[in-house]
Amino acid sequence: MFGPLISKAGTSRNNKTGSWRTESRPKFLQKNCIGCRLCAVICPEGCIEGAEKNAYHCDYAYCKGCGNCALICPKQDIVMTKEEAGD
Amino acid sequence: MKDFLEGSRAVAEIVRLCKPGLISAYPITPQTHIVEELAQFVADGKLDSQFVNVESEHSAASVVLGGVAAGVRSYTATSSQGLLYMGEVIFNIAGMRLPLVLTCANRAVSAPINIWNDQQDSIALRDSGWLQLYAEDIQEAADLHLIGYRISEDKSMMLPVMVCMDGFILTHGIEVVDIPAQEEVDRFLPGYQPLYKLDVDNPVSMGLLADPDYYLETRYAIEETMKSSLDLIPKVTAEFSKVFGRNYNGLIEEYRTKDAERVIVAMGSVCGTVKDVVDELRAKGRKVGSLKVTSYRPFPAAKIYEALKDIPRVAVLDKSVSLGSYAPLAVEIKASFFGKKRSPQLISSFVAGLGGRDITRDSIKEIFRLLSTKERAGEFIDLKPELLKENYE
Repeated sequence: MFGPLISKAGTSRNNKTGSWRTESRPKFLQKNCIGCRLCAVICPEGCIEGAEKNAYHCDYAYCKGCGNCALICPKQDIVMTKEEAGD
Repeated sequence: MKDFLEGSRAVAEIVRLCKPGLISAYPITPQTHIVEELAQFVADGKLDSQFVNVESEHSAASVVLGGVAAGVRSYTATSSQGLLYMGEVIFNIAGMRLPLVLTCANRAVSAPINIWNDQQDSIALRDSGWLQLYAEDIQEAADLHLIGYRISEDKSMMLPVMVCMDGFILTHGIEVVDIPAQEEVDRFLPGYQPLYKLDVDNPVSMGLLADPDYYLETRYAIEETMKSSLDLIPKVTAEFSKVFGRNYNGLIEEYRTKDAERVIVAMGSVCGTVKDVVDELRAKGRKVGSLKVTSYRPFPAAKIYEALKDIPRVAVLDKSVSLGSYAPLAVEIKASFFGKKRSPQLISSFVAGLGGRDITRDSIKEIFRLLSTKERAGEFIDLKPELLKENYE
């Protein structure tokens, strides 16, 4: 008899860790963004993407609301908002 | 072919015939001769295997874990402190359901440091999910490796097997041993066919996080597999005897227990001494017998119940202790009878041979003698009271 043992590649995507987010979530204002990509690089979940300036966004299914993106943004173009406020 | 071999050499010869593709070990007395021989086989081109030298037993166990995970039959051996240093990897190998055979050259555990034989090291890891098979003599120790790989790699099992052989007594003793031909071994033990393995073309993850939603089932699966191994082990040993002509039950072995009034239960090499004493006392008309427990994990409680239910007096001889409670073998023998219809009138427990203290024929006779008196719970045999008078106040 076997229990849960082996996981195929990529299956961690099935685990929607954004459900862990409790207090706040980032809001991408998309006004003063210069496309430096620092938010995408620092995101521990790797769930921020964007092709050009003022087009960066994150996938709330995985975002845990750590706030690193808002902290590192040189233009303060990402702000943390109350979770219940939604977006 | 029959040969006059040291126990370690016999084990190395059998392991060579099992063709492990990977061996990793760290030297520790009294296991060292086994892996020295295997390293020599590899160096001489007599064994096509990768021998990985490591800086510790923790690494040795980790290397073979990786080897089996990659789909390669692997082997390691250790003893005492080395086995305990492997400890967390020992649990990982079983938890990841990786088949492996490890030789434990049974030795006492520090402190105080002691390189001689008892069975405390493997007993300390009894809850790890490994099967534990205890050998009585060198031939059985060698054969249990072959049997061990077959059981371990069975597609219904995929659990590691620890072959436990008493340090020095079996590892450094010399006996006539029948080492089989390669063709016979190949017939009994085909190449390892993994059910799952690490493969860059078909990537998987093993041994990863199982949160409270998943972990319980992994333990249940091992427990159920352990129970089913009680049926598999005698099947494999029956097939073994067809190919090699030597008969093992694999779980327990009864010796002159029919009509016996007093029986000693034990594990490992001491069972040979017990049998000699049984013969001596039988010649004098005493109704005595013995029971050898080969498989401590899985524990064959039902078989033991059948073997001992009509024996009036049973002594359990442990070569290890569970400090602060009953001796490890004794507690399980007693538990086999709780709530059952029949039972020995008395089960006494004795501890002997710790740290290599010889268990002589006189020690065994003393146990038979004490078995005729009141119940004993973990009574130490051959104790020297004069050594217990030190005072550090």
